[in-house]
Amino acid sequence: MRVRGLNWLFWGGIAASFVFQLAPLPAVLLPFKPYWLALVLIYWMIELPERVPLGLCFALGLVADLLGGEVLGEQALRLCILCFIVLRFRSRLRFFPVWQQTLAVLALLLNDRVVYLMVHAISGDPPPGLDFWFAPVAGMLAWPWLFLLLDDLRARLRAGDA
Amino acid sequence: MAIPANNTAPLFGEGASGTLRLVVYLVIAIALMIADRRGDWLEHLRAAASIVVEPVWRLAAAPSELARDARLALADRRALSEQNAELSRQLLLAQTRLRRVEVVQEQNQRLQELLSVQKTLGLSVQLARVIDIDFGPYRRHTILLDLGSDNGIKVGQPVIDARGLVGQIVEVRPRSCTVLLISDKSHAVPVRIERTGLRTIARGNGTLDTLELPNIPTSADVKVGDKLVTSGLGGRFPADFPVGVIRSVGNDATGMFAAAKATPDAALDRSAEVLVLHELANPVGPPAPAEEVGPPVSLKGSDEPAAQDAVGGEQKAGSGAPSVMSAEGTKQKRGEAQP
Repeated sequence: MRVRGLNWLFWGGIAASFVFQLAPLPAVLLPFKPYWLALVLIYWMIELPERVPLGLCFALGLVADLLGGEVLGEQALRLCILCFIVLRFRSRLRFFPVWQQTLAVLALLLNDRVVYLMVHAISGDPPPGLDFWFAPVAGMLAWPWLFLLLDDLRARLRAGDA
Repeated sequence: MAIPANNTAPLFGEGASGTLRLVVYLVIAIALMIADRRGDWLEHLRAAASIVVEPVWRLAAAPSELARDARLALADRRALSEQNAELSRQLLLAQTRLRRVEVVQEQNQRLQELLSVQKTLGLSVQLARVIDIDFGPYRRHTILLDLGSDNGIKVGQPVIDARGLVGQIVEVRPRSCTVLLISDKSHAVPVRIERTGLRTIARGNGTLDTLELPNIPTSADVKVGDKLVTSGLGGRFPADFPVGVIRSVGNDATGMFAAAKATPDAALDRSAEVLVLHELANPVGPPAPAEEVGPPVSLKGSDEPAAQDAVGGEQKAGSGAPSVMSAEGTKQKRGEAQP
């Protein structure tokens, strides 16, 4: 029962992040759209790393590329790098207080942006504007709330199980 | 990257195997990107996948569409009516603009036709706008142009439009001038039938769509459809400019001459812009008769000098022909109306 509920939460969270990623926003808010998929994956990697192997990150990245209509493999690349870093430093991240975690998430998202920029620079796209860098900040601000929400849901599952 | 669930992993990652796996995945991702950019086989995959993906897009777009619908549904009635008023005002404005553009387009077309005439003629011309017309059944056929002596206009200058001869200037004021149309009863123009070269005179008969050619010898070769051009005789009109087309040929009342009717080429009742010719063709024929003949100008009370030299050289065309056309004034018109 518990595993089933957790499965629901896990896949539901990822599906919801896909939908949020695609949801159209007013043009003003568009640069502030956080990288939801990355945030959700970071949470699960910190809490239940055995559920999120590198291969899953890769596969989800491919799905995200298909959904977003971007170059196939781009998000897969970004998520793999993100995943690798998180898994490597997982043991520390896990015991950070929330504010430090938040800063770490900002660093992760900024790094992800740099990777993104590199991929596009290599393929010859023009450099983006300043608003390109708003999204990591928005992601950082969203992180504590996402963390609390998912933690709370998981705790409820556990409590319902008990 | 299977980390044991019991959290016994070392603090700093787990070494080479994890890194190797990362490298493998990165290479695959980069290969995919290159394949996607360069090749086209991934396009097919993408197209196939989009069938699956589309519902997700719909789902993602649903909230914002819902929000938009809600905003529409809750829109204030006053805001709507304001918007309506604004839109209808804009529509009115746009329609007015559209009309103006249409008018300008037509004008442009006409001006271009005139321009091409000017080029083919090689004559110096001046564009004039028709500012007034006067076509009563008992009135002289005249039009008023917006050019006058200030623009260098002189009495006697021929006026043409894109298709043919319109008339000649008979009165000049500082800012405007009067043109006597070729369809006026008192106007006659020396013409040549283009096909045969026969010279004759085309007179106006008071209707805009007819020119009369009286006093053609019965033996002359004149057919319906023959083109009339100015002969250039008399020096008033340049030679070889289209005047009209023969519409019918018959006998005149006396039976001694043939008489033909022609349709003017120029759009006498439609032109909005005309050209005033400046350089006259070299005068052919005898010099203009002296002005002093007849009563002194002061007694005539008319401000328009004569245009009678227009057909001066054409007298020989028919013996016993009625008096030469004249634009001297209404006094003489009755006498000339009926040949």
